[in-house]
Amino acid sequence: MSRLPRYSAVGLLRRGVTGRRWPVVWRHRDLEPSYDVIVIGGGVHGLATAYSLAKNHGITRVAVLERAYLGSGGSGRNTAIIRSNYLTPEGVRFYDRSLKLYETLAQDLNYNVMFSQRGHLTLAHTDAALRTMRWRAEVNKLERIDSEVIGPADIAGLVPELDVSSHPRYPVLGGLFHPPGGIIRHDAVVWGYARAADALGVALHQQTEVTGIDVEAGRVRGVRTNRGSITAPVVVNCTAGWSSLVCDLAGVAVPITTYPLQAAVTEPVRPFLHTVVVSGTLHVYVSQTDRGELVFGAATDPYPSYSTRGTLEFTESVAAHVLELMPSLAPLRVLRQWAGLCDMTPDFSPIMGRTPVEGFLVDIGWGTYGFKAAPVAGETMAELIATDRVPKLIRAFDLDRFADGRLVGERGAAAVGH
Amino acid sequence: MITCPWCGSRDTSEFAYAGEGNPRPDPATASPEAWRRYLYVRRNPDGWTTELWRHRIGCGTYLRLERHRTTDEVRLARAVGGDPA
Repeated sequence: MSRLPRYSAVGLLRRGVTGRRWPVVWRHRDLEPSYDVIVIGGGVHGLATAYSLAKNHGITRVAVLERAYLGSGGSGRNTAIIRSNYLTPEGVRFYDRSLKLYETLAQDLNYNVMFSQRGHLTLAHTDAALRTMRWRAEVNKLERIDSEVIGPADIAGLVPELDVSSHPRYPVLGGLFHPPGGIIRHDAVVWGYARAADALGVALHQQTEVTGIDVEAGRVRGVRTNRGSITAPVVVNCTAGWSSLVCDLAGVAVPITTYPLQAAVTEPVRPFLHTVVVSGTLHVYVSQTDRGELVFGAATDPYPSYSTRGTLEFTESVAAHVLELMPSLAPLRVLRQWAGLCDMTPDFSPIMGRTPVEGFLVDIGWGTYGFKAAPVAGETMAELIATDRVPKLIRAFDLDRFADGRLVGERGAAAVGH
Repeated sequence: MITCPWCGSRDTSEFAYAGEGNPRPDPATASPEAWRRYLYVRRNPDGWTTELWRHRIGCGTYLRLERHRTTDEVRLARAVGGDPA
């Protein structure tokens, strides 16, 4: 944090009283002809990777290239849920490391990311869902994750608004409760990473679109952008939504299909929901923000698309499903809805690491679970770049697993109905 | 709305996406690499593309239709087994 003043309660008070302008949070820099590392994508993954390169490994000649503005893609469109109660041991270990990093992120970045560990509750409405939940709870416990299956009585105690009677079409049979899970202010995570990376010397280039990737004799040389060409021995694809198109530029074929996922918020009401409530069967997750709005998320749309427009089908189905769970919410009005793009892989696990093009690395295929993974993705990708060794945590997520038949079937993902 | 060659113009929610419809290599002669491509790798384009849909709540026919993956416009649908005479 060389140039920028640190944020503190005293500083906030002083500026509040004196009305002085806040300093610029990150700088605008000219595009240099070459860097040590080029990160494509100025979302939370790209920024976390750049930050970790500078912070953990002292690699600061790093450029982050963003087509629009920082955090304009999935980083600002997700429903900001953090959890680590996945199903595969690989997934659980990985997301738990991420959750641990999130716990200290505000201190590390000197930026309030408003992480609220209010507990995460996944509901089971069928015997099959309950069975998967028990399986998940056992995998979680083996990995020392706080996660257990609870019954309808305990659920009613946690969330009194939930209809746990036997009347609904999908009665609540039980739930997987994960106390360390919670929600966070997703834009603050983006801005905090951007500010910290900038302070360490990373160059953040917004409105800089990558139009081509130069590959010579199987090695990456650099990228072409709308602002000119730059060279670098390492190029990392940290995009979401357009990740397969960026890979196409380098001639790397990836098993990714892009689906929109829609979400909505209601008007703000007084705080009543202190837990994140998820139903895989009903394809809905509900949480209440610090402002009082209820955030609803769903499963991915039924067909692949790059469109981020909302549909009436989504609003109708999410409203019906939320009311199935909490009938008392009927008078609430939906304020707005939006869509983000999810890069789905065949096994619902990400693709991280090397590609057939030397020096061209990927951190893609984040489906519906990218935001919660950002700190650990940045940490491990930076370690891979700095040491040229694949960190153990991401060894299972390599691109070659599809050729070798080592798929990591992550049925704990939000997009998967049980 | 999608126009089914058998049923006429129907709401999109009656139809289900059924994949990119890439040609299946001969399992007896395909290399593991070609087979892997067929199984997993997708073109995932962001413009006009031809893909496979099924009239799920309708006649059940598989359709090959052209759709723009950014605007979701649909412009041509043909039944896979042949359109009605």
